Amino acid sequence: MYLADSRGTGVTAAPDPGPGRRPAAVPATVLALGAVSLVTDVSSEMVTAVLPLYVVAGLGLSPLGFGLLDGINNGVGALVRLAGGHLADGGGRRHKTVAGLGYALSALCKPLLLLAHTLPVISAVLAADRTGKGLRTAPRDAMISLATEPRHRGRAFGVHRAMDTTGALLGPLVAFAVLRATVDGYDAVFAVSGCVALLGVLVLVLFVPGHIAPAPAPATTAPGRPVPSPEPARPTLRDAVGLLRRPELRALTLCATLLGLTTVSDSFLYLLLQREGDLPAHLFPLLPLGTAAVFLLLALPLGALADRAGRRRLFLAGHGVLLLGYGLVLSPWHGAPAVVAVLVLHGTFYAATDGVLAAATAAAVPARHQGAGQALVGTGQALARFACSLAFGAAWGLWGGRTALAVTAGALAVSAVVAAFVLRPVPEVSP
Amino acid sequence: MSRTVRLVILTLAVLLLGSVGTGAVLYAAHRSGLRDQQQADGPAVHAGTVSLRPTTGRRLVVRNLAWGPHRDEIATVPADDPQGPRTASGVKCLRFHAAAGTGICLQAVHGALQDTYRAVVLDAHLRELRRFPAAGIPTRARVSPSGHLVAWTVFVSGDSYAGTDFSTRTAVVDTRTWAIDDNLENFRVIEDGRPYRAADINVWGVTFADDDRFYATLATGGRTHLVRGDLAARTLTTLHDNVECPSLSPDGTRVAYKKRVAGASSDAPWRLYVLDLRTMKESPTAERRSVDDQALWADASTLVYALPGDYGSDLWTVRADGRGTARPLMTSAVAPAYLG
Repeated sequence: MYLADSRGTGVTAAPDPGPGRRPAAVPATVLALGAVSLVTDVSSEMVTAVLPLYVVAGLGLSPLGFGLLDGINNGVGALVRLAGGHLADGGGRRHKTVAGLGYALSALCKPLLLLAHTLPVISAVLAADRTGKGLRTAPRDAMISLATEPRHRGRAFGVHRAMDTTGALLGPLVAFAVLRATVDGYDAVFAVSGCVALLGVLVLVLFVPGHIAPAPAPATTAPGRPVPSPEPARPTLRDAVGLLRRPELRALTLCATLLGLTTVSDSFLYLLLQREGDLPAHLFPLLPLGTAAVFLLLALPLGALADRAGRRRLFLAGHGVLLLGYGLVLSPWHGAPAVVAVLVLHGTFYAATDGVLAAATAAAVPARHQGAGQALVGTGQALARFACSLAFGAAWGLWGGRTALAVTAGALAVSAVVAAFVLRPVPEVSP
Repeated sequence: MSRTVRLVILTLAVLLLGSVGTGAVLYAAHRSGLRDQQQADGPAVHAGTVSLRPTTGRRLVVRNLAWGPHRDEIATVPADDPQGPRTASGVKCLRFHAAAGTGICLQAVHGALQDTYRAVVLDAHLRELRRFPAAGIPTRARVSPSGHLVAWTVFVSGDSYAGTDFSTRTAVVDTRTWAIDDNLENFRVIEDGRPYRAADINVWGVTFADDDRFYATLATGGRTHLVRGDLAARTLTTLHDNVECPSLSPDGTRVAYKKRVAGASSDAPWRLYVLDLRTMKESPTAERRSVDDQALWADASTLVYALPGDYGSDLWTVRADGRGTARPLMTSAVAPAYLG
């Protein structure tokens, strides 16, 4: 497909819009997928917000076992994502089906929680929920890329991530409202969450097209290109692995993995921030909210900026911002303003990298491999971040949190320099 | 399918799912209304004056879980008639413990957006002396035998945005100076005589020996240990493996605790054990069920602990020496402490 092969989007500055062309609005499909994510996140964050309370106050159990399972779930989730991406590409028409299965699986898990009263069962339900999430992520991002004009992908992913985060912020509010109205009615929270999740699946079924024809390329980049040949029947696993032979995708996967290896997990960062900043412990739960709010506000503007300034450039700049954040945590500047500043930088990092990486990936993969391509980069990044968590935990034990962060910050700086070299703009070459 | 049809389907689905959700909320709200009515077969509970220094013989204080207007309130019964009528104090706590006229009450504060928690130190008349914000969901509470020190443990989950990772945080307060050690993880850990450091340390379930020494659980690397704590030296020294929620006997020679046993079903992994601190020999109690609670010594030879029951939980009792059988002590109650 010439569309995704076309360079010049994201690598260097995007071309001017053609004469008389209004900047395209975000496609309806992206808004529909954004709505699905928003509704689904309301549902899933409702559960996550009350689960500790349910386990400790409702069931009277000790929830420490959850932490151990989290690592296993992360690994499984990453592999499921690869499978989801590959399955979704089959014949180029299965994105919606695979994503729908993923959303449906997670939706089914909510009512199951009504029946789960022991930790192993609850953990199993959570693992199934994660599997659903792993399954749907890559096909969803593939659909966003396919539905959007290449030069507006940064903006489209920005809109999607902003809607997604809105749902994540609303979920706990809904959950606690239900809990308040019912006096500890955890079953009511799970029931409402299940209804909301089903609604998300329905919005997907009704409003996301079954087969997304790749959006037309802007006139300025199209002329002179050959007419796309008909798609081969279905991509094989070998094709999917062969994706790594594409220099651009290889470069992105390498850099996402490298930078992921030096990105401290959120919980460690918040823990350090709280300790270094002498923040009262009861304010700790507010820290992730700060990051999410900044992410929500900046996802769209930074996505749009990425379309103009170059996605790879913004992806790198985002990691620069993260590095600044690490520096601030290590600096002698303490107190509330410093904490707020770190959260702003942390949220900006997410806004400048999360959707932007997906948009950059979209440009590096042919349309019929969008699912597998998104999964590859996403899985590389997720596994790398997980490895970083393990290493950071060990380093914290050996050297203490400050030193561990300082070492990670140094490694991040080196990785960013390497990534800047690997992702440097390549000269335009005709295929 | 035309756009109109799809919108009609969506509207119908929103109405249907909305009704189901609303129904679930209304049903749960109705049920919580029922909880305010006295349960027919439940114990008699009436409001009264509760003192942590009882003048009418030894008493047992619990968080009352029986349905009725006094649900969740701290209530007392005569120690020799635990199934008898309860005197409810009007003070609500999720977890509670008391000794020598000092009480520690862990409460939820229902906020507009989310619940927060606090630890409140109470005097003998259940009047608030001092309150401390708590970082998470209350789970364990203890007062030292002299009443001078209080300790509590909460579960901290980074919150919903940070996933399902849990950790514990344990604080100790000296009620004479109101000095607080708000996280025992900051103490130096000594394992086999050598300093030990790790990021994944969690400490919970303090049980006091006196006003300086205590025992607690320390978890790291997926294993749990019994540690002896020293408040003055700020150290935690590991003594024994596979110990959770220790409870020190009145004479200070034995520790009752929950032990993760091999071969037990994974949803009920704990058994109640007793460790002799002089010989370091451990022995099982006659309770065959899984106990997820910090046991309480009723006297030198009897343990009290909570098991899930029809109304949250019931209290059971078993001999500490491994003989006899487990027997029910009191229904619809949790977080016991003996007064006087």
